[in-house]
Amino acid sequence: MRWTGLGLCLAALALVAGLSIAVGAQSLDPATVWQVLWHPDAGQASSIVHDLRIPRTLLGLCVGAALGLSGAIMQALTRNPLADPGLLGVNMGASLAVVCAIMFFGVEDLTVWVWFSMAGALLAAVAVHLIGSDHLVLAGAAISACLLGAVNAALSLDAGVFDQWRYWDVGALNGRSMEIVVQVAPFVAAGTLLALALGGGLNALSLGEDVGRSLGLRPGRTKILAALAVTLLCGAATAAAGPIGFVGLMAPHAVRAFTGADHRWVLAFSAVVAPALLLAADVLGRVIVRPAELESGIVTAFVGAPIFIYLLRRRRFA
Amino acid sequence: MRTLRLATWSLRVHVRGAAVVAILLLLLAVVSVLAMSTGSALSPGRALASLLGYGDATADLVVHGFRAPRVLLGLLVGTALGASGAIVQSLTRNPLGTPDLIGVNAGAAAGAVFMILVGGAVLPGALGCGLLAGVLVYALAFKRGVGGTRLVLVGIGVNAMLHSAIAYLLTRADLYDAQNAKMWLIGSLAGAGWDRVWPLALTLGAALPAALVLSRSLSMLELGEEVASGLGLRVERLRLALLVVAVALSGVAVSVSGPITFVALAAPQLARRLTRSPGPGVAASAATGALLLTTADLLAQRLPTAGQLPVGVLTGVLGGLYLAWLLRRAAAGSGRGWRSR
Repeated sequence: MRWTGLGLCLAALALVAGLSIAVGAQSLDPATVWQVLWHPDAGQASSIVHDLRIPRTLLGLCVGAALGLSGAIMQALTRNPLADPGLLGVNMGASLAVVCAIMFFGVEDLTVWVWFSMAGALLAAVAVHLIGSDHLVLAGAAISACLLGAVNAALSLDAGVFDQWRYWDVGALNGRSMEIVVQVAPFVAAGTLLALALGGGLNALSLGEDVGRSLGLRPGRTKILAALAVTLLCGAATAAAGPIGFVGLMAPHAVRAFTGADHRWVLAFSAVVAPALLLAADVLGRVIVRPAELESGIVTAFVGAPIFIYLLRRRRFA
Repeated sequence: MRTLRLATWSLRVHVRGAAVVAILLLLLAVVSVLAMSTGSALSPGRALASLLGYGDATADLVVHGFRAPRVLLGLLVGTALGASGAIVQSLTRNPLGTPDLIGVNAGAAAGAVFMILVGGAVLPGALGCGLLAGVLVYALAFKRGVGGTRLVLVGIGVNAMLHSAIAYLLTRADLYDAQNAKMWLIGSLAGAGWDRVWPLALTLGAALPAALVLSRSLSMLELGEEVASGLGLRVERLRLALLVVAVALSGVAVSVSGPITFVALAAPQLARRLTRSPGPGVAASAATGALLLTTADLLAQRLPTAGQLPVGVLTGVLGGLYLAWLLRRAAAGSGRGWRSR
């Protein structure tokens, strides 16, 4: 039953990924897309498919999976259904690092921002952990608030920084080259492996630390590894696409209604459902305001939230 | 916990809680007087004289026209945010459950940003959209009552849509308008006048006593729905009343000052740690919120930055650092095992 469901979700993901390569602001007919997909030439169609749509689709897969997994881990780790992956301070750390990159180093290059925001995310997560590994939710909120204050101070004093930052902050998959995919893919891959290996440990943790310990697991180690996975995944996703919040919170919830509370399944499903949602939103964002585009960070909420609310009204949620 | 009796009336008083509230109010008075009497263009002596009713014309203009409304507005907004934060955190039994999550703040923000970009009246736009968003969230979450978690999750969904709408508006507007909107979104008390003080003062006058009265049942509600209805509470009706109070408080506060970050989240947590009281502590949280906001605004005005910072910047930094310090100290003090709710 669950395997069938996972298969169906994978099929849906493949379909959406196909659409993401076939559909765009510039309309190409499917035959041409198919032709240039396997036989790249020097033409415009080939360039659109290989230089724009394929990197964008791969990025969507990476970012979506990373957000879904980190959201699922975060909710398990804090045992708080309202926890989103940014709660560890990762998003705000990344945001502040990007602001610093613009303000103090004059960097305007997305591929350099990626390194800055990865570093910022990591530092913020370490700070949160040092302050309160026993109450991550509040420690994360406290550190995030400090960092947000710093970001806002910079934005309110410097109009030039604000002008660049506002486009980063929307969260989008467009305008990213293959180079960025290559930059973040190793982090996402490492985080994904770590996350999928943690399912059993998180199950034990959800019974309470004492029960977990008596079952022979080491809750302290599980928590540290889980926090590391969240930082790698959410940090990489935010670095590559800017802060896209809602997917990471919603996907695990939507999935849990189907899989039940077993974190191994929640993780596996989240890793498939979240990128499908993100890519679907991205494709939709390309066609609804043609020839302009809507950033996927914007469309995600408008596609995801109604589904989320519908699911909430239909079922009982954990 | 002591019980005061007067004839047939009795009142249970949390002694430490009451002492903390008294100290907070005292500090609040000090900060308010400081905020009104220091600053450029006016010596503290002249400002103080004007405050006491013996001022000259210039001093009266500065103090009564500019400083008093700003300090009062900070006080009232802080009180409203602190009280509503305490109510919602207690209702949802979640430290992340602030009034922002019910959609009021994001609704007000979306309304205000839209109004700033089209050049309309900001306050009514914000208030209307904020209340509309609150009602929408409640209606969408209602299904034979609103369970705590469903209400907040529906709120998160509606919030996500509203924030997307705001991000869309910010990226499509020209830089000047977008930056004005961003300043509003950070939350600022600059340019406060009596026209912004009155709506909030009236709301607080009605809603704060209600909040204080209802907070006694709120601590019973914290025991769980079954226990609370066993104790004779009408849970759903009580929850609706509390939500209305919280939404009114935070909706009006946000409309007059922008969604000032972190006060509603931090104030109840700080108050809980200061009073060491198990209950929701609406009074202590309101006083903490007011002190946090007035102190932050005093700093915002006096810090030697290139331009004046909006107060929302400093509430986040101040509240965040203080909460982080408290958490760190608690973790160090009791080794492991100490746990927040």
